[in-house]
Amino acid sequence: MSPHLTAAEATDVGNPVVNIAIFGVFVAVTLVIVLRASRQNKSAADYYAGGRSFTGPQNGTAIAGDYLSAASFLGICGAIAINGYDGFLYSIGFLVAWLVALLLVAELLRNTGKFTMADVLSFRLKQRPVRMAAALATLAVVFFYLLAQMAGAGGLVALLLGIDSTAGQSLVVAVVGALMILYVLVGGMKGTTWVQIIKAVLLIAGAAVMTLWVLAKFGFNLSELLQGAIDKAGVGGEALIEPGKQYGATGTTKLDFLSLALALVLGTAGLPHVLMRFYTVPSAKEARRSVVWAIWLIGIFYLFTLVLGYGAGALVGPETISSAPGGVNSAAPLLAFALGGEILLGFISAVAFATILAVVAGLTITAAASFAHDIYANVIKKGEVKPDGEVKVARITVVVIGVLAILGGIFAQGQNVAFLVALAFAVAASANLPTILYSLFWKRFNTSGALWSMYGGLISCVVLIAFSPVVSGKVDPVTGASLSMIKDTSIDFAIFPLSNPGIVSIPLAFLLGIVGTLLSKEKPHPEKFAEMEVRSLTGAGAEKAVVH
Amino acid sequence: MTDVSAVPGPGPAEETDYQRVQRSPEFQDLRRRFRNFVFPMTALFLVWYFLYVLLANYAHDLMSTKVWGNITVGLLLGLGQFVSTFAITMIYARWANRRFDAAADELRREIEEDEL
Repeated sequence: MSPHLTAAEATDVGNPVVNIAIFGVFVAVTLVIVLRASRQNKSAADYYAGGRSFTGPQNGTAIAGDYLSAASFLGICGAIAINGYDGFLYSIGFLVAWLVALLLVAELLRNTGKFTMADVLSFRLKQRPVRMAAALATLAVVFFYLLAQMAGAGGLVALLLGIDSTAGQSLVVAVVGALMILYVLVGGMKGTTWVQIIKAVLLIAGAAVMTLWVLAKFGFNLSELLQGAIDKAGVGGEALIEPGKQYGATGTTKLDFLSLALALVLGTAGLPHVLMRFYTVPSAKEARRSVVWAIWLIGIFYLFTLVLGYGAGALVGPETISSAPGGVNSAAPLLAFALGGEILLGFISAVAFATILAVVAGLTITAAASFAHDIYANVIKKGEVKPDGEVKVARITVVVIGVLAILGGIFAQGQNVAFLVALAFAVAASANLPTILYSLFWKRFNTSGALWSMYGGLISCVVLIAFSPVVSGKVDPVTGASLSMIKDTSIDFAIFPLSNPGIVSIPLAFLLGIVGTLLSKEKPHPEKFAEMEVRSLTGAGAEKAVVH
Repeated sequence: MTDVSAVPGPGPAEETDYQRVQRSPEFQDLRRRFRNFVFPMTALFLVWYFLYVLLANYAHDLMSTKVWGNITVGLLLGLGQFVSTFAITMIYARWANRRFDAAADELRREIEEDEL
């Protein structure tokens, strides 16, 4: 690759034919693996929980694969490249959040549940209303998470293929959606776990190579790298290494930073697709091992993103990133192009693409499981359903979710994907986490408390997002262009000033759980709590691995 | 006493096996050990995390102070969050593997044999 790129060539990144060839090979390989792995899919335990036969390290790598989505790679790199130190909060919050999952949730959940979060929540509460609420919360979290992945997919392809037109990008989102439906329909959980493992290894290896490459360019001196980013940004570049570039302007934006920090740290342990992964291992001890593995892999990856973000700032420059197709989310692929030309760009993009596909598949199967298992089998059919009937409904749900994701992806184009994922975290922390913790640790907690907390957290969170600047009314002060999802700047119903609702909705949900519990006259079930507590701590009666 | 199902003491006639286990000193001890470990640890990392967030949000001058080259206090504290997360993870895993699992496994065996 010639280092003497002109400005005109620089916006048209790489050769689309090379990009797509590398991508196509990768997708073909993963599909073959899915088809091979899917031969053993027989029961519902196979389809949802991979037969519970994965080892801790395998499952930990798959968890890292699930977690390191487009948000972690494309979103965080972009946030650090453009906003410097403020973008670093995403890495820290996303990582520290795993301690909540490790210490308070993973093992206890593995010991008491079967397939989904709702199994645990409805353990000692009234089955049907709690399952319904948990399933709805799951669907809401998955919806916001999918929006983010689709926005990332759209931006990435826009950059790869040089597609600027809205119609072209919409077509690409449709193709991604179709591939994802195929993945899940054919493979089930066992298939997606293997895809996650392969993809996590490729993503972490690719990021490691790029990190070493960037550091080598700056004599393995982090301070020199930061200086490079400062110099490239021009006037005011010093702000990149100081806090407050994005969130420091006013008291309201500082409150937004706090709100984001709260949602990030409390969101992970309430993410249904992450919780579901604890059921793909044979025991609580393996669940622990898998989380320890995941924390190491995820933490190391986030250290890479710090270097990659500043590296993109230093070698590509914030202005070039912002004006490229895909905007802020294109920092990492542009950095790959600056380092290794078309080949590295093609490889990194293929990995990023596989990342999005795999995460979308994981999310979709969670949504499908929660609809088929919680709403259809337990609420509509009241538990009287054949296992294969449930799987059939799950497959139909996959198709429906696929279509919704395609529509949502078209709507959410152009937003930073890490920011969008943080909204899913806020929903998870508001609707799910309080009830999970209360039902595991608070003897008196009852159905009424769970419903107040889940619906209160879910509704307040979603309503606050709808009336936030994310959806309408945010205008770039320099260009006058809309920064919200609704591009018409004359429409403005943003009456809530914060872009992340966590600081309001999360404490509210915790409070409602207490109020709802205390106001209810429901009879306590000490025998159910005893069973849950004993099982959660000792593992007695836990679901075993499926033997083939 | 090792057989938890034989814990003495009067209880309501309809008390379940799980309730008997729950009342047993072995289980109470297990529960206390678990809570005494994870609750203070959770409080510790949450306080440390929010201390960091508040400093990054409201103490810009301190966080922008350069320690060496362009390496600021804020960057070092941020990296410190990584170090503490890795440390707590390993400390917990060690504790659970060495101190907690054996006791939990023994109780589980007793319960499952009793039920069969």
